[in-house]
Amino acid sequence: MTDALWSEDRTTPEAIDRALRELVHRRHMEDGGFVPARTLNMVCFIDADYAGEVANRLRQVGRYEPSRLIILAYDHRRSSLQARVNVAAAHDPAPGELALLHESVQIRLGERHMDDLLTIVDPLVITDVPTLLWSPHGHREAIDALAPLAQSVLIDSAAEPIWREALDGACALAERLYVVDLAWVRPAPWRERIAAAFARPSRRAELGAIAAVTVRHHPDFCASALLLLGWLASRLQWRVEPLTTHGSAPSRLAGKARSRRQEVALAIEPDSREAAPGLAGVTLSTASGRSLSLDRGAGGLHAHERTREGEERRWIILGASRGEGGVLGQGIRQALLRDLTYRPALGRAREMIPA
Amino acid sequence: MSAAAGTAAEIAAENPLAAGLERLPLAPTALVIFGATGDLARRKLLPALYNLAHDGALPERFHLIGVARREKAHEHYRAECEEAIRAFSRRAPDPEVLSAFLKTAHYVPGTFDDKHVYSRLAELLGRYDEQAGEPLARAYYLSTAPSFFPVIVEALGAEGLAEQSEAPVRLVIEKPFGTSLAEARELNRRVLAVFSEEQVFRIDHYLGKETVQNMLAFRFANGMFEPLWNRNYIDYVQITAAEDIGIGSRAGYYDHAGALRDLIQNHILQLLCHVAMEPPVIFNAEQVRNEKVKVLRAIQVPTPEEVADISARGQYGAGHVGGEDVPGYREEEGVPEGSRTETFAALRLEVDNWRWAGVPFYLRAGKRLARKLTEIAVALKPVPHLAFSQEGSLGVRPNQLVMTVQPNEGVSLQLGAKIPGTRMSIRPVNMEFNYGTSFLSQSPEAYERLIGDILLGDPTLFTRDDEVEAQWAICDPVLSAWQQSQRAPSAYEAGSQGPADAERILLPGHSWRAI
Repeated sequence: MTDALWSEDRTTPEAIDRALRELVHRRHMEDGGFVPARTLNMVCFIDADYAGEVANRLRQVGRYEPSRLIILAYDHRRSSLQARVNVAAAHDPAPGELALLHESVQIRLGERHMDDLLTIVDPLVITDVPTLLWSPHGHREAIDALAPLAQSVLIDSAAEPIWREALDGACALAERLYVVDLAWVRPAPWRERIAAAFARPSRRAELGAIAAVTVRHHPDFCASALLLLGWLASRLQWRVEPLTTHGSAPSRLAGKARSRRQEVALAIEPDSREAAPGLAGVTLSTASGRSLSLDRGAGGLHAHERTREGEERRWIILGASRGEGGVLGQGIRQALLRDLTYRPALGRAREMIPA
Repeated sequence: MSAAAGTAAEIAAENPLAAGLERLPLAPTALVIFGATGDLARRKLLPALYNLAHDGALPERFHLIGVARREKAHEHYRAECEEAIRAFSRRAPDPEVLSAFLKTAHYVPGTFDDKHVYSRLAELLGRYDEQAGEPLARAYYLSTAPSFFPVIVEALGAEGLAEQSEAPVRLVIEKPFGTSLAEARELNRRVLAVFSEEQVFRIDHYLGKETVQNMLAFRFANGMFEPLWNRNYIDYVQITAAEDIGIGSRAGYYDHAGALRDLIQNHILQLLCHVAMEPPVIFNAEQVRNEKVKVLRAIQVPTPEEVADISARGQYGAGHVGGEDVPGYREEEGVPEGSRTETFAALRLEVDNWRWAGVPFYLRAGKRLARKLTEIAVALKPVPHLAFSQEGSLGVRPNQLVMTVQPNEGVSLQLGAKIPGTRMSIRPVNMEFNYGTSFLSQSPEAYERLIGDILLGDPTLFTRDDEVEAQWAICDPVLSAWQQSQRAPSAYEAGSQGPADAERILLPGHSWRAI
C-alpha cells in the first residue's frame, strides 16, 4: 500500500477538494501508471466514536473498495470541520501497467454542520459517478439530507432492533433511492440454491405445489428470514398475512400463505446454535410429500432431500462463506446494479410482520 | 435432449425464482475431463472449477471425473488436483470448500482407445444418476492432443454416452480444431456423426475474455460510434496479438502449428468478427454466430498468386528481451534444425460487404516481440481539409480508436488537440478509458466464464462448425502457398517489432502501430 496524505483542522470543502486534486495529480506525476478509480462515490455518516470500527469493516471489502470514500464522522460538540485525505494504491504500478488510486476523505463535523451537510459533501463527490450513502449508526436525518446527491443507499434491515421499523424504513427509502439491503444481499446464495432446486423442467411444476416453508436463522437475523419468505411469496404470487409469534422466542413466527393451488404453511425459527450472521437453514416441502432442506455447513450448504417415496439423499452444494466483509463488499457492488426483485419481496415481508 | 439453454429472460420466464438472480440455475452435472493430468487441466481447468465452487457457481450437484492414461488411485488424483489448485488458483483456497470439492473428484485410468475406459465411465455416471435420483447433465471436456478428439468422440458414441433422454449431454473441444480446412471438415464430420451441433462447445478462450465481450457492448450500446463504423469513415483496421515470450516447452506443438494456425486462424479472426459484424437482432448464440459467419464468408479468400502480396511471415532470431539474452527460434529446445515454421505472421484481408468494402484489415501475431500486447486499432480517415496546416501542425494524425484486450484493458481515442501557446499548433493526445478504473470487480478468468457457460448450456461464446470451417477457408490458401514457397520466413531479432518485411503488405499511407 502506498499513500499520499493531507490533513487540516478548521478546514473547508473547497480546501479538501483542492487537496484531493493535488494529491491525485502528485501521484500521477510520481508515476504515470497511477490512475484514479472512477466507479463509485460512497458517503458514510458515522458516529465519531466508532470511526475505527467502520474503517475496519470497510477495509475488509477487498476489491469492492469505492473509488472515493467520504466518511463524515459525527461528534456533536465539534464546531469546525477537520479533514484528512488519503490517496492510496494497493501497490506501485509495474512497468507498463496501471495501479488504481482510491481516495478517502474523513471529515469530523458537529451538530452545527448538520443543516449544511449537502453543501459540505456535494463539492467532494466525483461528478457523473454514482453515489452510495451509508449510515450504519442510524442518523436517518443525514441520509435525508444527502439523498439529493445520491442514487442508492446501503442499509441493513437485520441490524435494526425492531423489524417493522426496519422494513418500513427500507420501504420509505426505496421511494427515493435504490436500496441495497445487506439483509437481502446476505442470503443471495440461498435464493440461488432454492431457484436451482426447481430448475429442472420436471421439478418446475413442484413450485406450485410448495406446501410448507421453514426458515431457520441466527437469532439476530429475523429480517433476512422474513425477506426470504417475502421473496418466495412475491415470485410465486402467494397471498400472505401477518405471521404470529409461536413458542417462547419472540422471533419464532408461524403463519400461512395462499398459493394458487393450496395453503402454504410458513415458519421462521431462530437457531441459537448458529454463529454465522444470516440464515441457518431452509426447508421446503411440497404437497406431494417431497422435502428439501438446505443447511449451512462445512464447504457449503448441506442438502437433504426426502422423496415422496421416503428415499433420503444428502449432498453438499459447494460454496465458501463470504464473511461480513464479503457481504458488505457485495452490497457496495450492488449499488452499480439493479435487482428488481427486492422491493416486491420487501412488500410481502412487511405484510407478514406480526400485528 | 437439447443441450442449449435459453436467454436469461427465457429462463426467468420458465422459473420465476430465477428472475433477478446474478447466477442462473445450473442443471446438476457430471464433468468428465479427458486428459485430466495434462498441463491445461492443471493450470486452467482445475483452478477455474475450484474458483467456481468457491463462488457457489457450480451446479448444486457436481461430480468431476478425470480420465488419463496412467494408473492411479482416486486419492492420488485428488492430491494432484489439490496441488494444481494451490499452485494456479487466482485465490488462496478455502480449506473446507477445497476438501468438499476434491471429494467430488474421481479418476478413471486408461488409454483413450480402450473400450473399458468408457464402460467404467458409463458405470460411474450411472451411479451418480442413481445417487441423485435423476439423470445428471454430462459434459465431456476433451483436453487432449487433437489426434484423440475423434477417437474419444466415437468411443463415447459407441458406449451410448453421447445422448440421454432427460438431461443434456455436452462435448467441449479445445483448440486446435484441425490444422487445415480438410482436417477441420473431417473432424466436424466425425464429431457431428455422434453429437449434434448444439451439443458441441468448441473453445476459443479469447472469447471468454471480458474485454472481447465488451467490444460488442462498446459498439452496439453506444450510439456515437456506429454511424462512423463503416467504409466512409474508417481507413483501416489493425489487429495485433504480440507476445514477448518464446515458445517455451511447446516446441512439439508449435513447430507444427506456427503463428498463423496458433493465433490468427482462431483468436484474431474472432476479434475481426467482433469488429466487423452487424448488430445481431437478439443477443443469443444463434444470432451472434450467424453474424460472425457472415463476416468470415465476406472475406475474400486469397488466390495462390495473391498470397505473397497480402501476407508476411517471420521467425525470431536471438536477441534481448527485458535485459536478458534470449535464443533464436531454431536454438529453442525441441525445435528441429532448419525449421521454417513462422513465429510471426501478418495478413491483409478485406471484408467484401456493403459496410467494409475497400477497408483493409491488417492482422499480425507473433512471439518474442517487443512486448505483450493484444489490441484492435481502428484508424479513421483523415479530415478532408486542415485549416491549420500553415501553423506548424505537423503532429496532426487521423483519429485512431484503440481497444486494448491485454494488458491494461481499455479503450483510447487519439485526438488532435491544440498545444498551449500563441500558435495554432496541434498534436495528438489520448482520451483513455481503462476498464480497471470503472468497475469494482475484477474480470473472471476466461475459463471460469466459459466453463460456467458450458454448464449453463449457452454456446454464444463458442465457435460453431461453420465458423471454424470459414476461418480455415481463409487461412488454408496462405498456409499452402507458404508451404510451397522456396522462401524461408524473414528473420527478426527477438524483442523487436517483427520482420521489416511486414511493411510490404501495407497499402500506401498506412503503417503498423508500435508494439
